[in-house]
Amino acid sequence: MYSEKVMDHFSNPRNVGEIVNPDGVGEIGNAKCGDIMKMYLKIENNIIVDAKFKTFGCGAAIATSSMSTELIIGKTVDEALSITNKSVAEALDGLPPAKMHCSNLAEEAIRSAIEDYKRKNGLLEDGDGCIACGRRCDDIHHHEDED
Amino acid sequence: MDKKIIYMDHSATTPVDSQVLDEMLPYFTKNYGNPSSIYSIGRESKKAIEDARERVAKAVFAQPREIFFTGSGTEADNWAVKGVAYSNKNKGNHIITTTIEHHAVMHACQYLESDGFEVTYLPVDENGLVSPEQVLEAIKPNTILISIMFANNEIGTIQPIGEIGKIARDKGIYFHTDAVQAIGNIPINVSELNVDLLSISAHKFYGPKGIGALYIRKGVKITSFIHGGAQERGRRASTENVAGIVGLGKAIEIATLNIDDYNKKLIELRDRTIFEIMKKIPFVRLNGHQHKRLPGNVNFSFEFIEGESLLLMLDMKGIAASSGSACTSGSLDPSHVLLSIGLPHEIAHGSLRLSFGKDNTHEDIDQLMKELPVIVERLREMSPLYEKVKRGN
Repeated sequence: MYSEKVMDHFSNPRNVGEIVNPDGVGEIGNAKCGDIMKMYLKIENNIIVDAKFKTFGCGAAIATSSMSTELIIGKTVDEALSITNKSVAEALDGLPPAKMHCSNLAEEAIRSAIEDYKRKNGLLEDGDGCIACGRRCDDIHHHEDED
Repeated sequence: MDKKIIYMDHSATTPVDSQVLDEMLPYFTKNYGNPSSIYSIGRESKKAIEDARERVAKAVFAQPREIFFTGSGTEADNWAVKGVAYSNKNKGNHIITTTIEHHAVMHACQYLESDGFEVTYLPVDENGLVSPEQVLEAIKPNTILISIMFANNEIGTIQPIGEIGKIARDKGIYFHTDAVQAIGNIPINVSELNVDLLSISAHKFYGPKGIGALYIRKGVKITSFIHGGAQERGRRASTENVAGIVGLGKAIEIATLNIDDYNKKLIELRDRTIFEIMKKIPFVRLNGHQHKRLPGNVNFSFEFIEGESLLLMLDMKGIAASSGSACTSGSLDPSHVLLSIGLPHEIAHGSLRLSFGKDNTHEDIDQLMKELPVIVERLREMSPLYEKVKRGN
């Protein structure tokens, strides 16, 4: 059911771990739903120079975490913010419909970590207030056929 | 891949036994006659079905006339629950069941609720046990059916079927038990246990898929659902799955004949695995009753990790198992059984079910115990929940 790329990122996840003194940290999801993603960022001159993650979740959750760190390293903060759940899923050669929810988590974890970075550095602008609000299980889009 | 698969998911399904297959094969080719036909090859098929019916009856101490073949265990469950409900609705509309039934019973009950029936779902204790006292208290003047599974498919807990059967008999209420996981693992005597209806599925005990049976005690009022020809004495139409029925008959004969040796072996593997997991891996919880459980069933929750990831990593090491996490159930929630025994969602997500069978060996357990602790640790190292525990907050 998973693509080879998903299985590759699941079995050999890139950038697992923590960053000591990170510039931004974001945590999304909750244990009740069965997945939590925590993203650590190192940002220099507005460029993401390192990203690490820790994830509690299924194969797709771990693979999307791994892929999203690969996608954002070397990007500017704004470029990283433009990454969507779809681009993460596409980079993994697709996810099963029931697992698209996991790619939302990756997108939100990136946004949440960047929001933390901006807040720490006084870069939050009006309207940035809620880049990634904490959501409950039921609010997260789990299945394609729900819409 | 020619890597050996260590199969530890016998509660999901089992391979067809070679003796079973040998008996089935002629009924696909040489003996293809329709059992309803009058000529010799038709009569031979008919005889094969009746021989199988006798074998099934013998296995549960019933009369052959009380055994009806169905397309699956799920069909047997649906027939028992809905058939008794509709046939007895002039007597009452109340059904008693539990919160840990297989979906075949649970969803049939929910369907009946949408059609004017009232269903009591009895809760279970932390080990998954229903108490006979609870059953007695739940009985009302309009109760027409009690349906309680013999042994649970996920956590393996074996219910006090004999005591519940006695209560049902004393009160004159029909008693159905889904014995799909129990047949071949627990000796069953429908008369001693006062069971009125009992569901069977062949592929759980080395028979083929797509064939089941329902034991219906003589005199039980039950509506039929599959209308058509006069097969199964007019109660379940459609040309018989002759090869499947022959396979069911042979498989149940072998399963009940060897039950003591089989159980002894499985219990040894089970108890060793439970002991070693508890000894070698921290932050685990055994789900289900320690002793009143299916001989081959092991079910653990591993804190801080998610079940599907665990299954995928075991699969990469050639070990086939299952889980009750949401990601494997195809829904938002983890297994209703694990929630019913009081597990918080996050612990239920990290469950692993291992169900052993006749081909498993101690070497398989050696291999499992070599891989499992490493995999659990690896996933925990990736988990933000474990990080918090290690830091002590």
